[in-house]
Parts: sequence; structure tokens; C-alpha cells
Amino acid sequence: MVKQVDSRIPEGPVAEKWTNYKAHQRLVNPKNKLKLDVIVVGTGLAGASAAATLGEMGFNVLNFCIQDSPRRAHSIAAQGGINAAKNYQNDGDSVYRLFYDTVKGGDYRAREANVYRLAEVSNNIIDQCVAQGVPFAREYGGMLANRSFGGAQVSRTFYAKGQTGQQLLLGAYSSLSAQVQAGKVKLYTRYEMEDVVIVNGRARGIIAKNLVTGKLERFSANAVVIATGGYGNAYFLSTNAMGCNCTAAVQCYRKGAYFANPSYVQIHPTCIPVHGDKQSKLTLMSESLRNDGRIWVPKKLEDAKALQAGTKQGYEIPEEDRDYYLERRYPAFGNLVPRDVASRAAKERCDKGYGVNNTGLAVFLDFSESINRLGLDVIMQRYGNLFEMYEEITDVFPGKLAKEINGEKYYYPMMIYPAIHYTMGGIWVDYELMTTIKGLFAIGECNFSDHGANRLGASALMQGLADGYFVLPYTIQNYLADQEIWPRIGTDLPEFDEAEKGVQAEIDRLMNIKGKRSVDSIHKELGHIMWEHVGMGRTAEGLKEGIEMIKKLRKEFNTNLFIPGSKEGLNVELDKAIHLRDFLTMGQLVAYDALSRNESCGGHFREEHQTEEGEAKRDDENYFYVGCWEYQGEETAPELIKEPLNYEAIKIQTRNYKN
Amino acid sequence: MAKNISFTLKFWRQNGPKDKGHFETHQMKNIPDDTSFLEMLDILNEELIEAGEEPFVFDHDCREGICGMCSLYINGTPHGKTERGATTCQLYMRRFKDGDTITVEPWRSAGFPVIKDCMVDRNAFDKIIQAGGYTSIRAGQAQDANAILIPKQNADEAMDCASCIGCGACVAACKNGSAMLFVSSKVSQLALLPQGRPEAAKRAKAMMAKMEELGFGNCTNTRACEAVCPKNESIANIARLNREFIKAKLND
Repeated sequence: MVKQVDSRIPEGPVAEKWTNYKAHQRLVNPKNKLKLDVIVVGTGLAGASAAATLGEMGFNVLNFCIQDSPRRAHSIAAQGGINAAKNYQNDGDSVYRLFYDTVKGGDYRAREANVYRLAEVSNNIIDQCVAQGVPFAREYGGMLANRSFGGAQVSRTFYAKGQTGQQLLLGAYSSLSAQVQAGKVKLYTRYEMEDVVIVNGRARGIIAKNLVTGKLERFSANAVVIATGGYGNAYFLSTNAMGCNCTAAVQCYRKGAYFANPSYVQIHPTCIPVHGDKQSKLTLMSESLRNDGRIWVPKKLEDAKALQAGTKQGYEIPEEDRDYYLERRYPAFGNLVPRDVASRAAKERCDKGYGVNNTGLAVFLDFSESINRLGLDVIMQRYGNLFEMYEEITDVFPGKLAKEINGEKYYYPMMIYPAIHYTMGGIWVDYELMTTIKGLFAIGECNFSDHGANRLGASALMQGLADGYFVLPYTIQNYLADQEIWPRIGTDLPEFDEAEKGVQAEIDRLMNIKGKRSVDSIHKELGHIMWEHVGMGRTAEGLKEGIEMIKKLRKEFNTNLFIPGSKEGLNVELDKAIHLRDFLTMGQLVAYDALSRNESCGGHFREEHQTEEGEAKRDDENYFYVGCWEYQGEETAPELIKEPLNYEAIKIQTRNYKN
Repeated sequence: MAKNISFTLKFWRQNGPKDKGHFETHQMKNIPDDTSFLEMLDILNEELIEAGEEPFVFDHDCREGICGMCSLYINGTPHGKTERGATTCQLYMRRFKDGDTITVEPWRSAGFPVIKDCMVDRNAFDKIIQAGGYTSIRAGQAQDANAILIPKQNADEAMDCASCIGCGACVAACKNGSAMLFVSSKVSQLALLPQGRPEAAKRAKAMMAKMEELGFGNCTNTRACEAVCPKNESIANIARLNREFIKAKLND
């Protein structure tokens, strides 16, 4: 029998599904809520907002994070903004348009029903955040301000300087803190989830490691929610924080949760280029910079060669010799094309030899025209903190006047290059955000549901908070209303014993390898394999080679890893080793999915499948589905199960940002 | 172009809150000056692991200056010296010279016990926020976002206060170990906005009481906190907190 997944999308027209669902779903009465416990793993936008909201509703919440405080989750680093269909700018926005842009931006690989719901609740998020005291940017009249982001022709992005993620997370953190104070949420900081415990086919608890004492602890609940983010750090260098990892998600995958669309990895076009082999991470420069910055490389190859040799500077190249390649190729959207398109275009120019730094892997992002038009003050107000951050890292200040040629003022441009930033793929969930394991839910970046093959800018914050404040707190009740799961269970059940023993055995195994290589040295090697073979331009041959290389690297990891210290107490290297074990599994899974998808779409670009102009060539006839993967063991290829997509509201077409 | 520097690194080792702790010294050779301070510590750790030793433990995460995890006391200054204020992770080796001795210590304060080496426990900050650093709004209750008009100036000022990343540099710099800059930033952000007014008095009192309970000292206006804050939080916030606090007490 062919395995299937049931997405459980409600009946009715797309615009009515969520309303209908809410009208007919099962609820839990206030008294019974007090008897039900929910584990939420993660305190980013999705995790913190879900934990706070479930607490407000009356459930008892156990909330875990790996950092010293919930406020440190990596959502905090999101810079640009959050989308909502408020239409405050009177520029023709609507729920339908946000829905449409998101589906189109995702290259027609997202689920319609989920995306429509996302667009529908987007407005509630802004209301909620303002009520919490999130200081969004405002106009002089006291109204909220907006800006534009890639993939949209309206201004629907709300922002708080270049620190929107920080402010939204602190908003969710404050609501969470109120619930901690009220005794409805219990916080476990510096804890890491190592396994999910399944009892009678349902997720009923977790095994977590106290990172300070090194001890494993057991927690039981009526449902488990994971909100543990993406797997970008499988590439070693990414814009993710150092601690971001996919251990919780991969462990759920090993326990039977399907993993969907792992090959959809977002490569962000505007990051500070790689500078040396000691680098630990890549720094993002917000997409909002593309509102006023223009991306270019030289028109002439000899200019590029001089830039690479360091004998010429960018500001010395006059206007007529610059190739604003995004404006040239995509007149309708210009510098604001979606991220996947902008990233590939940069790679294309650099591959042809037009790169502008010593490695040849960088393009310019230039503010001269905007500064000349609006003045430096206005530009500094918009991007001051980003300019300063850029200067700290590179020693170049982008607002500094460099030269005047024929009365035209030229400022120092930024140099940027694409880098791994976000993962659209994730744990497969149905309409209720439940995984293929009953009682296990996945929210935020951790699930796959809303962004298709490419996420639009300012939509990650929207999805995280939508899931946490307004979707999961409803849908989880439909599950928790099931009286079969009401009795609390003890953590002395054999299922808990077995799970804990499994984790302990893995820790012992890793500690006892006693080889010669540090975690980082192997992780860097994985990163190289991923970037070269499973990166921006993929081929069947390269992917096959990549899979074999990862298998070999896993052998090296299993036989030559060295972890200093002991398993008792705090051991940072041991925790990193566990993460790396799971990055290896994840990296291979990304490659398998990329190899099976013989088309190009969104963040997944197969060089064999492109148009004559170098654009992604989708194959809707054969690949109009969600690729769900079932774990079959570390050494065995996973099994592919397809969830066919079904579009009722939107007509699928070739994505066009040219006219 | 990057140039390389070599220097002596003195870093703090402490095995838990009860251990006395000591400095360890390591010679760092040929470090490119476009390396960040934390990347330099990564290199140190690779060398230590290579030699079979345990790595030097310190908190860090986003490495973009926003998460507030990194917390090193470098050459006597929280986060090290930069012109416009930056977190440890935003400090680059070009700030140092060949032949320097660089000393790295943890935040030292009664409120932040050491966990290991330079990793400290800052849970006290969470507890202060839990005491009242929020508006009591439940998801789903909010009115339309534009129904509350907020003058741009107030919104901008609230944003500046809200930029605090909760790193604790202010406490580490203060001779009294006071958390007033941290508390006042949160109180000010919410006091400046109409949404925060209904609970302003209760908030100021509860957060101040919690801060004292947790063993943080008082403010004696030495401005050491302001000087080291990586987000340039102003002690004008402390004045505002004091006003809110006195107003609240008068109404009792």
C-alpha cells in the first residue's frame, strides 16, 4: 500500500476555511484546561507566544530553552520587519493580496489553506504587539509607518528600526513573563530537548538535558509542541546564531515524524561576504536596505579584475560603467525581487567573473543615489544601526563620502554576498500544525507549512507569531479535547526509561570515541560539502557526490571525534557534538530531497532545470507536491511520501518579476 | 588588508560558583585583525582542545550584537572598549596591538553567580521582568493598532529604551552592582506609551522591590553603567524610573 499523509484541510472556499474550522472545532472547558499540561520547546517568536497564550487560556505550560533566558532566542536577530495586510498605506493591499504574494513568492509550493489563514491573522498580530507596547516606527501623525520588502508591490511591512525581531520577541517574552509570574508557565532555561517520549502512539513527554548539571531529566505532558527553529547551521557558516541547531527536530524525525521539503533552504542575498577560514558565522544586512540601496557590479570585466586585485575602488567606477543587474533583468521589481532571485543573480554575475572583492565573491550595495536624493540624515535614520554594524565588522562606513566625479557624489558602497539564512523545509504538519506523531505539534520555522519553496522577507516573524498567538492555541484544543489523553502519566513508565537510556547511550558513545578531531573541525567540513554540493546551484551529480561525502564524514565523526572533559556537569563540546550528529543526518536529508526534486523552484535550484535566461524552471506536472520523508535509519536512504498540492483559489503560473 | 597580531591572553577559569577561580595564560600567535574577539576565542579553544584540554567557557550566541548572551569583561571594561559602544561579539581584533596583554574576566556581581569560567547566571534579570515588565494583555483582546495614536517622538524614545538587550554590562560596571539602568529602560519604555500607563505605578514598585530582593545594589549616579552600555541606554531613564517610583509611593 502506498503511504499517504492527511493534511486535514477543512472543506469550503479558501477564504472561509479558518472561520469554519474555528466554528466547529472542539474546545476544552476552563475547568478542564487546568488539568492539562503542554510542553513547549523553544522560546523564540513561535515558542514564547504559544507558551504565553496557552498559559493565558488556562493550560499549564512547561517551556524550555537552551539559552540562559527566553529573550535570547534567535528570533531576536531578525532585523527588517513583519508583514500584515492592514492596508494602512491605502496602496491596494488586502488579505487576498498578502496570501497571493506569499504563495507566488513561495514559487507555488506552499499549501493554499495554511497561507490564507496566515494572511488572515496577520492583522491581529500587529494589534497584539502594539497593545504589548512594541514600539513600532510611526509617522508624525502618530499612525504606524510601513516600508516595502521583496516580492511585494505594496508597503505592508511594520518595523522597529532595524530591530523588529528583537522588539517582537521582547513583546512575546513580556507576555510569557506575565504568565510565569501568574504561575501558569514554568520556565526551564539552559535545558535542551534530547528526545520525544511516545506512549501508546502519542507524544506524552520529553527527555531534556540540564546543560549546567549535565543530567538527563524526564517531563510528561498531554501534548508536546516543538518550536526549535531551522537547520541552517548544517552549512556551518550561516546567519543563524551559534546555538541554533536541529537536534529536537531530527530526533522527532527519527521517532517517526515526517520531514517535509528539506531542500528548500533560503539563501539571503545581502550578507557580509566571507573573509577568512577562522570565521564563525555570517552577518546579515537587512533586506530593508534594498529599499534604498542599489545592487551592482562593473559592466567591464577589466574593472572587476582591478577591484579583485585591489588596484581600484568601487566609488571610482562612474555611473555609466555600472551594471545594476537586478534593475536590468527585473524592471518591475528591480532591487526588490524575492531573495532566491536576488541571490542567484549575484551568483550568476560572480560566476562570470564580475565579483568585486579579493575572493571574487561579492557585489556592491550602493546608497549614493538615495543619499544624494534624500540626504544622509534620512538614510541614517532608516539604517543607522546597520551602517554602524557594517563598519564594526569591515572597517568601512557606507555613509562616508568617497569621491565626486563630475558633480556626482559617490559614497562608499557595502559589499554583500548571499548566505544561508532560513529553512523553509521542516517537520511536516497538517492544517492543525500536528506532525505525523499524534500529540506532537511543530510551529514557527521548525515546521514546513507556509513558505513553500521560498520565504518572502518579513514573513518569518509573521508566521512565528501567527502560529504561536492565533493558530496553535486554537488547533491544539481540538486535540486536547480528546478525553483519552486526559489522565496525567508518571515519568516512571517504561517508555520514559527507554528514551532516557537511549539518550544516555548516545552520550556515552560520543564521549568514548576519544579520537583526534574537534567538533568544529568536522562541522566546518560538513559546511563546505553542503555549500559546494547542496548550495545555491545543485546538480544531480554534485548531490550524489555530496551524499557520499557526508556518509564518509559521518564515519570520521563516529571514529575520530574528540570531546574533552566528562559527561558530568557542563560540557559545551559534548552538546555541540550532539548537534553535529544531527546536522550530519539533516545535511544528508537535504541532499536526498534536492536529488529527488528534478525541477528548480524557489530556494531549490537545479542547474539542469533552468530557462535560457537562467530562471528557475518548475515542473508542475511531476513535482506539484510536498516531499515528506520518513526516517529509515542513519545509513539507509529515507522513504519519500508525497502530499499532493491542490490549488483552488490561485492559478499556477510561471513566477514573473520582470513586468 | 588584514594584518596579523600576536599577544598574551589571560583568561579566567572557575569551576562553578564555589570555586575560587584563577587566571590562565595563553600565547595567541598570528591572529588576523579582521577576526572578531569571539572568533579569536574560538581559535584559543581549538588550540586547547588540540592539546587535550577543556575549552574556555563563555556565553555567546547570535554574534550580531543583539541577543545579549556575550558577557566578557575585557581589560577592565564590560564588552571591551569601543567608541560607540558594542557587545563583545562586535569587538574586532583591529582594536588591539601586537604584543598586548589582553585580560578576560566574567561579569562580577552578587546578582550574577559564575556557572563556569566566564559564563554567569543572569536569571535574576528574568525574575525582575516577571515582577512587572509587561502590559497585562491577553492574545485576542487588542483593539486595532492604529486606534492608539502615539506621537512619533514618544514612539522613538520608547524604542531607544526598548533597545536594552539585557546583557548585564551595566551591573558589571557598577561599583554597587546596581541593575537600575536595566530596570529603568523597561519601566521607561512602557511609561512612555499609553498602553503602559494603566500599570505604570504598580510596575515601577514591583520591579524595584524585586531588584532589591535579588541583591542588586542602589544607584549613586556614577554613570559607569551608561558609559559601558552597548546599546547606549541613558541614565535619564533612571531619573524617569525614580519619578515613577516616587509618584507610585505617594499614591499609596
